Amino acid sequence: MDAIAPNADLERPDPLEIPPLCPGAMEASKPWIASPDHQKALGFPGELVENWKEVAIAKMGELLEKNRALRVYLDSCVKCGACTDKCHYFLGTGDPKNMPVARQDLLRKVYRRHFTLAGKWFPSLVGAEDLTEAVIDDWYSYFHQCSQCRRCSVFCPYGIDTAEISMAGREILDAIGKGQKYCNEIIGKVHTIGNNLGLNKNALRSTLEGLEEDIEDDTGVPVKLPLDQKGADILLVTPSADFFAEPHVDGLIGYAKVFHAAGASWTISSYASEAANFGMFIGSYEQMRLIALRIREAALDLGVKRIVFGECGHAWRVAYSFLNTLAGPFDFLDPNYPVPQHICEYTWDLIEKGKLNFDKSKNDHIRLTYHDSCNVARATRMGDQPGGQFEIPRNILKSVCNYYFDMPADTIRDQTFCCGGGGGLLTDELMDLRKKGASPRMKALQTVADDHGVTHMAAICAICKTQFAKVMPTYGFERDGILSVHQLVSNAIILEIPETRDDDDD
Amino acid sequence: MTYHFNGMDIASDEEGYLTDLSLWNPDLALLIAKDEKIEMSPEHWEVVNFLREYYDEYQIAPAIRVLTKALKKKLGEEKSSNKYLYELFPYGPAKQACKIAGLPKPTGCV
Repeated sequence: MDAIAPNADLERPDPLEIPPLCPGAMEASKPWIASPDHQKALGFPGELVENWKEVAIAKMGELLEKNRALRVYLDSCVKCGACTDKCHYFLGTGDPKNMPVARQDLLRKVYRRHFTLAGKWFPSLVGAEDLTEAVIDDWYSYFHQCSQCRRCSVFCPYGIDTAEISMAGREILDAIGKGQKYCNEIIGKVHTIGNNLGLNKNALRSTLEGLEEDIEDDTGVPVKLPLDQKGADILLVTPSADFFAEPHVDGLIGYAKVFHAAGASWTISSYASEAANFGMFIGSYEQMRLIALRIREAALDLGVKRIVFGECGHAWRVAYSFLNTLAGPFDFLDPNYPVPQHICEYTWDLIEKGKLNFDKSKNDHIRLTYHDSCNVARATRMGDQPGGQFEIPRNILKSVCNYYFDMPADTIRDQTFCCGGGGGLLTDELMDLRKKGASPRMKALQTVADDHGVTHMAAICAICKTQFAKVMPTYGFERDGILSVHQLVSNAIILEIPETRDDDDD
Repeated sequence: MTYHFNGMDIASDEEGYLTDLSLWNPDLALLIAKDEKIEMSPEHWEVVNFLREYYDEYQIAPAIRVLTKALKKKLGEEKSSNKYLYELFPYGPAKQACKIAGLPKPTGCV
């Protein structure tokens, strides 16, 4: 019953198909510019400064000093071409400037002109170019066509990380007063309200209470979603989309049920009510640090012993790779647990210990695959085994779902494709880019839909979930074909119904 | 962007969300809806009115689930699903309905 006989006559979509070249196809794609208010709130100039050229070069020099890797990335490319067909935006648009090497060269040519001897003396021989208005326009356009997913860096023999280069590009753009509205407005909201949405404490409390009612109506079990509970053991830090959007909220309900089943004492914080850290997208260490510090302050204030992160891709990168540097030391937390811990690690640990019970048939209407989110896949780990970030979410899904099928091997795990909306590009004015950038993933999904009758795809990233809910209909899939991993856990988990209740329906 | 309404120019951001929320009124909502190619039915108004009431109380648009729950009470099971909301507001109930209701655009990973 598991397998559907593959239809040999069917024309297979190839997720890796190289498109015909369309030079300039995406040069008009640009996100809205941040308003002066949004810029100033983060300490950036309100609008393009008069001496933008000098400021940009000085900022580049500062970044090269601070970030040794950036200089290595700019110096070491030998134009081997290994990266050229690895970017989902190139595969989806055919615009040669979306080849990772070409994207890097937008910054590299200016670096060579100003920071290398050969470029200063013989610019035309070494591909060095002056910084002009046209170059700035290209930066703004094409550094906002990189979702910082780092797929290209997996294939680069030198390990050049294009994400670092587009982060540097965006940081320079912020420094000259040409920031991106979507990211900078959101970062401002985190500083003032505590999350990307701007969801204040009263609204958050009321939303969580509503969810408690819903869960009890559905299951008969009084599962709680505590807010600002001092003395709780665990602080859950989750993307604010989990409070607001579908299918995110079904994942949040799943975490709550797992905590309930484990008898855990846990809380959400209204002060640090956001796992996402858009400081990373704009390349700003300082913004990233300020956002991360809110989590530290909340943990100290509430007196928790552990911090667990919900389903958010780049949040897990910031948490796993940078949190200790940004906001540590976390010596006040219980050292017997990972600092921080991913909700998937938490749930899988309980499953392995036999502490959770499931009725897998509750997910029998679903034939499932899993989308590895780029930041989790290529910048983090879970558990204590190499590749845990790939295995643990899959292990959870296979524990709660009878029908699970992987997409083609060259489109998952460390070779996964971005959803098309990562890296601060999940904004409506970039919808054309988002739809095109999703095409490799959508073709890979089509393959398992054809071969195995896959109906749904699960993910552990708020951006992926929103992006797929938006673009899947374009590719002939249902809008609700994207699910949270903990939504499937939520469907299947068996909770003990309190004896005091008279009604025993489930 | 600007809406020309009753001889007035009413400012909005690049995407058509009002910059001054106090300038909203039901007739302006009809104009915004027309730009969005939406013909306002009583069900559309239920959504828009609820968004405004909720915003008055909480200074933010309600989560989708809060909205569907409120609609379930008023309009019944069939006219309260996320799917139904997408039929009313094809671009997405959160963003398109907020725009027509004169509320700021929900931001973040939504």
